[in-house]
Amino acid sequence: MIRQKIVLRFPPHIVEQPTIYHLIKDFDLMVNILRADINPKKEGRLIMELSGDDTAYKQAIEWMKGQGLEVMNLEQQIIWRDDRCTHCGACTVICPTEALYFERPDMIVKFAEDKCIVCELCLRACPARAMETLVENANFG
Amino acid sequence: MKVSRSIADINAKIKAGKAVVFTAEEVIELVADKGAAAAALEVDVVTTGTFGPMCSSGVFLNVGHPQPRIKLNEVYLNGVPAYAGIAAVDLYLGATAIPETDPANRSYPGEFIYGGGHVIEDLVSGKEVRLEASSYGTDCYPLKRIETAIRLDEINEAILYNPRNAYQNYNVAVNRGEKTIYTYMGILKPGMGNANYSSAGQLSPLFNDPLLKTIGLGTRIFLGGGIGYVAWHGTQHNPSAERDERGMPKGPAGTLALTGDLKQMKPEWLRGLSFLGYGATLQVGVGIPIPILNEEIMSYCAVRDEDLVAPVVDYSQAYPQRLSGNLGLVSYAELKSGSISVEGKKIPTASLSSYAKAKEIALTLKDWIEQGEFILTEPSLQLPSVDSGITLKPMPRKDPEEREDR
Ligand code: SF4
Ligand code: SF4
Repeated sequence: MIRQKIVLRFPPHIVEQPTIYHLIKDFDLMVNILRADINPKKEGRLIMELSGDDTAYKQAIEWMKGQGLEVMNLEQQIIWRDDRCTHCGACTVICPTEALYFERPDMIVKFAEDKCIVCELCLRACPARAMETLVENANFG
Repeated sequence: MKVSRSIADINAKIKAGKAVVFTAEEVIELVADKGAAAAALEVDVVTTGTFGPMCSSGVFLNVGHPQPRIKLNEVYLNGVPAYAGIAAVDLYLGATAIPETDPANRSYPGEFIYGGGHVIEDLVSGKEVRLEASSYGTDCYPLKRIETAIRLDEINEAILYNPRNAYQNYNVAVNRGEKTIYTYMGILKPGMGNANYSSAGQLSPLFNDPLLKTIGLGTRIFLGGGIGYVAWHGTQHNPSAERDERGMPKGPAGTLALTGDLKQMKPEWLRGLSFLGYGATLQVGVGIPIPILNEEIMSYCAVRDEDLVAPVVDYSQAYPQRLSGNLGLVSYAELKSGSISVEGKKIPTASLSSYAKAKEIALTLKDWIEQGEFILTEPSLQLPSVDSGITLKPMPRKDPEEREDR
């Protein structure tokens, strides 16, 4: 049994294909969509949590790559630069999932990657610009 | 036994490596255990700290003369304009200056990715900074244009001079409006979705010497990771603000003007910041030592977050329109707990000033003093305090054509 959050990128010509339907029907996976958007260039991005049988999961990932989708594990997406973070805490009330939170009573800010849904609100909310993203996200801000 | 120590007594102990130093956080427990009198007998110095965004900051630079000479008129450092209305190659670069090419809030909310604060961080990091300048040319200063690069260690002087730092208490910002607002107090969600504060509370310098009995002109301090000095009282210094029976202000009150040689400061403690929809600024690390001259000073230093309050202010209406009144007072202990209650609503809190880093500053200063590397100074002038009658004045709005002095 596996449970993994992934980010899918769709080139314009596949945006309209029923990918999710195939994941459920052909691979028997449970799909929980966390975020979906399409940019002005008609490229799509889907952030979701998949769970199901290990082998089926691997096959599903291979199948999606074969379809021309870009697949990444979610935790690779948002980076918290500890060296730039001043532990002010401004992000903690902006982050919707408490992935960024204060550890009390020391008032040290921590980043729980597994809770991050890549909403990217912290990128611009952090005055010290300590939150970064690996992927070029200009059109998904 | 009554304690009475002079700064000279304390310095003798520092030089002998025998000074007893506590941070303003550590000393709370000591005073609770032993009482202020006994604690005062034991402790020589209490160190404080704060690390928050401080817009009224900037640096004087003397960039030296090129060959041939120039009288700088319009100057840009990495595209950020600096003020050149002083002598030929002297400049002042302010923390909130932004490049003319920055879209600012024309693409609302603006990102303000790079401004004066970032140039200061780059300079203190030892990075090369592009200098572009133009002039009208004079007989003594013929050059009319220059494009070059400067580095901190190559220029004559770089003096951090911050007209207003270390605010003694500050507002807690909320937004009672219907849409998100972008302020110098951070992003404020509608319907009082969050409350942002900006003070280190019990660790904050001016909360530990509320009546300015020890901090004065010339007080040596930790500034930007190096040594600095109190240069004057800060702009908007308002010692007459309302206070509790112990003298602690219930809202923004005293301020300090601080200065020091940028060349010995550290980028870790001078950070360029970008406030979405507001602008660029500088996060400044400040730590002030409080000499424990007597029991009274000791009892001020024992102040706890529970006993310090700040006013909750609506930044959608009351603040921008400069309407008086607030939505009540909350303590720093409540603010630090993660939520406060305003008008019966539970509101999550966040800070802009870093408590963890304030503590690191207080500990660093403590270490410097214990190692005998940091000697205290005798202030050469007291700063105006509660009895000065100084109050905060607004800008008058009158018809400039009907001036009263004509
Ligand atoms: S807002 Fe930025 S600097 Fe402040 S705690 Fe969050 S990540 Fe760190
Ligand atoms: S991307 Fe969103 S969920 Fe992830 S840390 Fe930033 S604000 Fe939180």
